[in-house]
Amino acid sequence: MAKQIVKALDGAKAVAEAMRQIEPDVVAAYPITPQTEIVQTFSQFVADGLVNTEFIPVESEHAAMSACIGASAAGARVMTATAANGLALMWETLYIAASLRLPIVMSVVNRALSAPLNIHCDHSDSMGARDAGWIQIFAENPQEAYDNTIQAIRIAEHPDILLPVMSMQDGFITGHGVERVEVLEDKAVKEFVGEYKALYSLLDIDQPKTFGAWAFYDYYFEFKRQQTEALSKVPQVVREIGKEYGELSGRYYDLFSAYELDDAEVAIVVLASTAGTARVVVRKLRQEGIKVGLLKPRLYRPFPGKELVEALKHVKVIGVMDRSIAFGSIEGCGPLFLDLCASFYTYGNGKGPQIVDYIFGLGGRDILPEQIEGMVKELLRIAETGKVPYRVGYLGLRE
Amino acid sequence: MAELKGWKELPLGAVVLEPGSSAEYITGTWRSRRPVRDEEKCTHCMICWVYCPDSAVIVKDGKVQGFDYDHCKGCGICAHECPVKVEAHAVTGKPGKVIQMVEEV
Amino acid sequence: MKGMVEIRWHGRGGQGVVTAGEILAEAAMEEGKYFQAFPDYGPERMGAPIKAYTRISDSPIEIHSQITSPDIVVVVDPTLIGLVNVAEGLKDGGTIVLNTSLSPQEAREKLGLEGKNVRVFTVDASQIAMKYFGRNIPNTPMLGALVKATGLVSLESVIRLTEERLGTKVSEDIIQANVKAIKEAYETVKEG
Repeated sequence: MAKQIVKALDGAKAVAEAMRQIEPDVVAAYPITPQTEIVQTFSQFVADGLVNTEFIPVESEHAAMSACIGASAAGARVMTATAANGLALMWETLYIAASLRLPIVMSVVNRALSAPLNIHCDHSDSMGARDAGWIQIFAENPQEAYDNTIQAIRIAEHPDILLPVMSMQDGFITGHGVERVEVLEDKAVKEFVGEYKALYSLLDIDQPKTFGAWAFYDYYFEFKRQQTEALSKVPQVVREIGKEYGELSGRYYDLFSAYELDDAEVAIVVLASTAGTARVVVRKLRQEGIKVGLLKPRLYRPFPGKELVEALKHVKVIGVMDRSIAFGSIEGCGPLFLDLCASFYTYGNGKGPQIVDYIFGLGGRDILPEQIEGMVKELLRIAETGKVPYRVGYLGLRE
Repeated sequence: MAELKGWKELPLGAVVLEPGSSAEYITGTWRSRRPVRDEEKCTHCMICWVYCPDSAVIVKDGKVQGFDYDHCKGCGICAHECPVKVEAHAVTGKPGKVIQMVEEV
Repeated sequence: MKGMVEIRWHGRGGQGVVTAGEILAEAAMEEGKYFQAFPDYGPERMGAPIKAYTRISDSPIEIHSQITSPDIVVVVDPTLIGLVNVAEGLKDGGTIVLNTSLSPQEAREKLGLEGKNVRVFTVDASQIAMKYFGRNIPNTPMLGALVKATGLVSLESVIRLTEERLGTKVSEDIIQANVKAIKEAYETVKEG
């Protein structure tokens, strides 16, 4: 295993540190809370000559992603970062990056979308981009944010994939939360990510290429099918790279992580930093003899539905915790709930646990262990009585 | 028309790998009027060549040879910009400029 | 979670409250402990009351909630006493360290903590800051007082990390002024 240094870093600085070690050719970014610290820290690395990266300050996030697309099409290794409204402003260009099969890696420090204006964490920003064709990975803490950033490069650039990756963490909670982070040596990271050789490059003047040509009803459809094919190969690649990274760092990564799930009667499914809080609750309740487990998805897009069904099919009731609302969806539920329900319908052979959704933490509303404990008690009542009082509930909401 | 390819055969990201392949697309069929040139009176000033948005003025050894009717869309810019006046055009017989537009037949 | 200590900081924007929490976390790191240090930001700017949190533990910290019942409260700005309920949720047997010119007894009374099983410490960190920096930035002396009151980390670690933190930003004179301020607060903090 490679040598590592323990540092006190918040999630944003941990990502900036990973970016310094990766040393991409181009970073084009526009600052927005709570992502600012990534751009600020990384541009300082550029100014101090610690990295040989072309840093492009741009006038908006739309311009940031456009510059990233141009640079990536030219054959460069490209990274950026954003959050919330900035991600929303990129919407058009997100689809272009994915459709042109450009392996850009973007750190997203999750923040609620306006209005009302809010700078704190929820997942509405990246969930709004879940159909854009990007790979999406969520981190629980600064350590995972660091580790995922490094792995994202390899996932994006894998010859079977060639798709952009969004690497998420929770705004302020981990983005501005200083924690213990084990950092690999620069050389180890450089070796792990390797040199990037683009499949096609705009700067290949000996064999000129056209990027962004049009394709109508004669060909457009076929290119969309290619994208779904590439996404279907992502889980396998994420697993392989997670294992290889584990051999390097001692920290192994998979599509999801399960805790006390094998004999669980009820299960919590939740993304990102709240999974840590939920694990504390599960540990406490297990000591009281309650059979509760936890599943934390890491890969969210493509959604590893088959694998999640396999891991969860034995439980009686699942409580999904959604940190955003898929407005207008059934019962006003969240996207994680929708994906899990669809997965059970598709892969569950017509059977499956009861699934209840709990919307929580919107706009940075704190989620306490007692609230999660209350939720588990409710799941146990459902398991016992078979009666589901409501399909979508709310944690920490004032009536 | 060539047979359309299936999704497994196409280059990733709709990247066009063959340079200059847009020449294979015949846009001359869009034309309803075509430019004609009075070869005798043409001074080869190259103004039409400079202005043509489709690179459809054929030039060889500094002399205008004619038009690439496979790609000329008949926009008329060459005729509008042509600076050389004639009293009777060799093709149309009309007074005007060395390049004039006629109906496509 | 074995041996976890939860700390809530109260101060005003611009007083280095978040930095103080981070220095404490780094000191814990040097002593081989696990830690979290995170702010509770609003839209505020300089002068607005703010909170920050620090957790220190012997084992990995997984919880990512805010701290509602702290073991320790540190009040960096004296004018917050009475304005903000700084003792809110403070655990039975907990500790509160205040920057104030009041005696521990007077502070206890003012906070309504008479008869409660809570240790109250006071230090005039603003006066110390004015004396050494000529500016009311009492964050580093409050670290000195906190170390004396709780023994969470060593004074040496805090001094060295403060020097490192300030090293790139300010002159050697100011760094040494901070070191003196930390030591004076460490020596003059009173319990009652």
